[in-house]
Amino acid sequence: MSIAAVPNDARMPGMSQVALVDEVGVKERAARFQTRSIKKESKIEALHMVLSMIDLTTLEGMDTPGKVKQLCQKAIHLHDAVPDLPHVAAVCVYPTMVGVAKKALGDHNINVASVATAFPSGMAPRQIKLEETRIAVDDGADEIDMVISRGAFLQGEYGFVFDEIAAIKEACGKAHLKVILETGELGTLDRVRRASVLAMHAGADFIKTSTGKIQPAATLPVTLVMLQAIRDFYYKTGKMIGMKPAGGISNSKLAIHYLVMLRETLGSAWMTPEWYRFGASSLANDVLMQLQKQAAGVYQSADYFSKD
Amino acid sequence: MSTDSTKLAFNDGWQYAPAPESIDHIQIDDHYGLFINGEFVAPEIDRYFESLNPATEKPLSNIALASEKDVDRAVKAARKAYTGVWSKMSGADRGKYLFRIARIMQECAREFATIESLDGGKPIRESRDIDIPLAAAHFFYYAGWADKLEYAFPARTPVSLGVVGQIIPWNFPLLMAAWKIAPALACGNTVVLKPAETTSLTAMKLAEVFRDAGLPPGVVNIVTGAGPTGAAIVNHPDVNKVAFTGSTEVGKIIQRSLAGTDKKYTLELGGKAANIIFADAAIDEAVEGIVNGIFFNQGHVCCAGSRLLVQESVADEVVRKLRDRMETLIIGDPLDKNTDIGAINSAGQLETIESYLSIGQAEGAEMYQSDCSVPDQGYWCRPTIFTGVSQSNRIVQEEIFGPVLAIQTFRTLEEGLTKANNTPYGLSGGVWTDKGSKVFKMTQKIRAGVIWANTFNKFDPTSPFGGYKESGVGREGGMHGLGAYLKLEA
Amino acid sequence: MAETRIPVAKTYKIYLGGKFPRTESGRYFPFNAADGTVIANMCRGSLKDFRNSVVAARSAFAGWSASTAYLRGQILYRIAEMLEGRNEQFVSELVLQGVSKRKAVKEVEASIDRLIYYAGWSDKYQQIFSSVNPVSSSHFNFSVLEPTGVVGILAPENSSLLGLVSNIAPVIVGGNTCVVLASESLPLCAISFAEVLHSSDVPGGVVNLLTGFKDELRDQFASHMDVNAVVFCDGDAEISKIIQEKAADNVKHVISRRDQDWSSEKSQNPYLISETQETKTTWHPIGS
Repeated sequence: MSIAAVPNDARMPGMSQVALVDEVGVKERAARFQTRSIKKESKIEALHMVLSMIDLTTLEGMDTPGKVKQLCQKAIHLHDAVPDLPHVAAVCVYPTMVGVAKKALGDHNINVASVATAFPSGMAPRQIKLEETRIAVDDGADEIDMVISRGAFLQGEYGFVFDEIAAIKEACGKAHLKVILETGELGTLDRVRRASVLAMHAGADFIKTSTGKIQPAATLPVTLVMLQAIRDFYYKTGKMIGMKPAGGISNSKLAIHYLVMLRETLGSAWMTPEWYRFGASSLANDVLMQLQKQAAGVYQSADYFSKD
Repeated sequence: MSTDSTKLAFNDGWQYAPAPESIDHIQIDDHYGLFINGEFVAPEIDRYFESLNPATEKPLSNIALASEKDVDRAVKAARKAYTGVWSKMSGADRGKYLFRIARIMQECAREFATIESLDGGKPIRESRDIDIPLAAAHFFYYAGWADKLEYAFPARTPVSLGVVGQIIPWNFPLLMAAWKIAPALACGNTVVLKPAETTSLTAMKLAEVFRDAGLPPGVVNIVTGAGPTGAAIVNHPDVNKVAFTGSTEVGKIIQRSLAGTDKKYTLELGGKAANIIFADAAIDEAVEGIVNGIFFNQGHVCCAGSRLLVQESVADEVVRKLRDRMETLIIGDPLDKNTDIGAINSAGQLETIESYLSIGQAEGAEMYQSDCSVPDQGYWCRPTIFTGVSQSNRIVQEEIFGPVLAIQTFRTLEEGLTKANNTPYGLSGGVWTDKGSKVFKMTQKIRAGVIWANTFNKFDPTSPFGGYKESGVGREGGMHGLGAYLKLEA
Repeated sequence: MAETRIPVAKTYKIYLGGKFPRTESGRYFPFNAADGTVIANMCRGSLKDFRNSVVAARSAFAGWSASTAYLRGQILYRIAEMLEGRNEQFVSELVLQGVSKRKAVKEVEASIDRLIYYAGWSDKYQQIFSSVNPVSSSHFNFSVLEPTGVVGILAPENSSLLGLVSNIAPVIVGGNTCVVLASESLPLCAISFAEVLHSSDVPGGVVNLLTGFKDELRDQFASHMDVNAVVFCDGDAEISKIIQEKAADNVKHVISRRDQDWSSEKSQNPYLISETQETKTTWHPIGS
């Protein structure tokens, strides 16, 4: 189905006129955010914000309760040598590890996010995906990170993709739903924009760039396009949707540029963990090293920061 | 449409701390003489004028005021260097000097960028990322032509002209110097150049580069001063060609004074470009194109997209997004790396801009400015848009040369085209549409020398630049920029 | 009694994919000075080395051909800077190979200047060879040059440095990558030149330099199915014919540069660039 021939579907108003995106223009705008120089107190504030927005993640085939418990320890005790650090927003695991994480985190104000819907490929029958979601929610997941069916999307089966998201949203109950677009498989920024609009209309609380399992994962240009979609959706409906870039954000400087981009596209209302997350694992330690460097005035070594 | 409840908040919460470029590595002398015959010499009359930092209104240095005699001295030095050395030198050797100059400029890039921002007011981000790299690239590009001129003109023998007189403006001081000097030298001419009186410093530093590169004395001479110094160059009988970039008003004066002489000339003058946005454009990128078009370099750009023509069905969306974007533009210290909009170049220019703001409002247009804070000292103008204007408004017809945009709507392609061409200027234009055939139709029909489709304010040494109609005659840059500096013998 | 220092002899390896491996065949051939002293054991490059070089060149092509003309010009200028810095080394290497000192100095200077010459063409040859074509229908029609791909170069036999540089520069400034077989009798400068390339920001694989026997490798240069053009600078009519016949297997561009006097300025011109370029013409409607 040609990209122009999108039928008008009342559930996704405006999908047939989804905004065109110029790749070169987007890349230039994204590059300009990277010329912002964030120093001194604004750097420290940004680093604190980044920490508070991290979904500390382990999604490996070889994950075990031991690994997940240690990750949760790290989430609670990022770096006790430095007082007054914010805690991360959430820990993100596979459904079979939700119970372990929930127990390990105890009363701490850190959410448990679970991937679901046959993450990362999404290639499973719908009833399996729904069942998996319910199990994760029952085990205590506060947030569900689902993947869209990219094959169906690329074929233009937007109704199918919409229905799936809506069904998973229902299965989430009170849990928040993040919808992973897997932008690295969508090909063009036009499609990223279109997928974002579709997901938001279908009930996403957050839209997320990637599973982190393929390259490219999150990039500034792709994230910018999604932020623009969120902004236009907000203007149209008054509803705020959250954003989560995931994968490929391994250093603080880049993370801070993501915050610059967020601030200058959506403004201050989105600059909290309630509306913005980073899907990352090694980012936390880099942020801690930067904070320590700001405090001590010397460059740091990774040896001094725990790797859980 | 958006209501107050769906307004986005850009100015509270997390702020950016000042991030000033350091100035401890740069060297600005207390005063500069004239650069004649390979060295800095005192002017004939002991007169100097101050070069101010427009962000602080404080003086940076004292610049020599060249008299008619000084200009004569410079032209004589240029003539001697031409006859004795430069016209005899092989193209390959001329090229080697130009390559050297380009490389040294790259080495001293940071110092050049810092001084450019101090002296002229433009943000360090722009001088660092755009002005200085382009200036060095211009020398690099023309260096390569010096020994290849015969390939640019089929069946003609290119011959240098002699001594060229060049007068450049204050909006891109170093870049304009590069645009003028590099092709002139590549083609075998020698140069007498006058920088604008508010921005002489980077020209002086460039003179130091010429000296350090071993450029033979007299090949480039730089005489500083104001209008009278410029007139002395234009009218000097031993100048073979004049190159001028500046206002249309002065361009006409120059063209008149060259009437009846044998002098060749090129003029790169003002503009009032239309930036045309169709409903099928990539709107977010088009909005960024508007911002780049009129707020880049505080709007001190001859090819600025100072008129927005937006197709009516998307006008509200475009204006709303433009206003949001304006809220995130930071005005302030040009040396702060986060500054988007620097200082207006001079008190005089600020006065001009402010008078147009009054005119616009008096004409009944609706003015909107962003909320940003502005420092106490210095010359500043907030980014401004006017809606409710039409072709007959003075702020739509006349060049303001500041961060001020006039916005009109149109319904059909023909209407947009008519409005775009309905001006005595013809320097540049912008077209935003996702449809390829429409791009080519518009570029075919817009009467301007540079047309940007789905982009704006892009420059490259390989790409010719210049205007139709009252925006000037001649082209600079690219292969087309060579012809102005040669005579072509059959 | 003063002791004379024992110098370290240089090992001459081939240059492939941005690295300096030995020939995978392990074979060598000696290079002797005019008086018979063994100067070095040169790698006797094999068919496998050639094959690996083509793989490296092909792999480097996408990035190199997509780089800006400005960048390629800067890199070629950098090669000139690096060669200038090693001026004396190359003069001695030429003298070692039997060239008179006076001629050697001239040859090195000419090589540096030739690199600068071609550096200057990087962002200009497109302007003189492209066109906008005034077709009779409502279409925007334009023709541009594009690099052909991987170019095999059989470098001139009688010129250790200048002939080599004169053939590599126009090929790579145009965005091609190449595999070069050095002169068999004067092979030293090719390998030292590889060191110059290596310190000039030239991406690995853009130029691959082999030493070896022409008779063993020539046929493969001509017949390899993933080489787009072959340039040869020597050989009689018989050899020329064989190259042309084998090149027909994949319709390679065949470029003969025999009987060139590389020391003449006539041998440098932009047509050496356009010879390894394709022309692409695009049509697009003009309308609303």
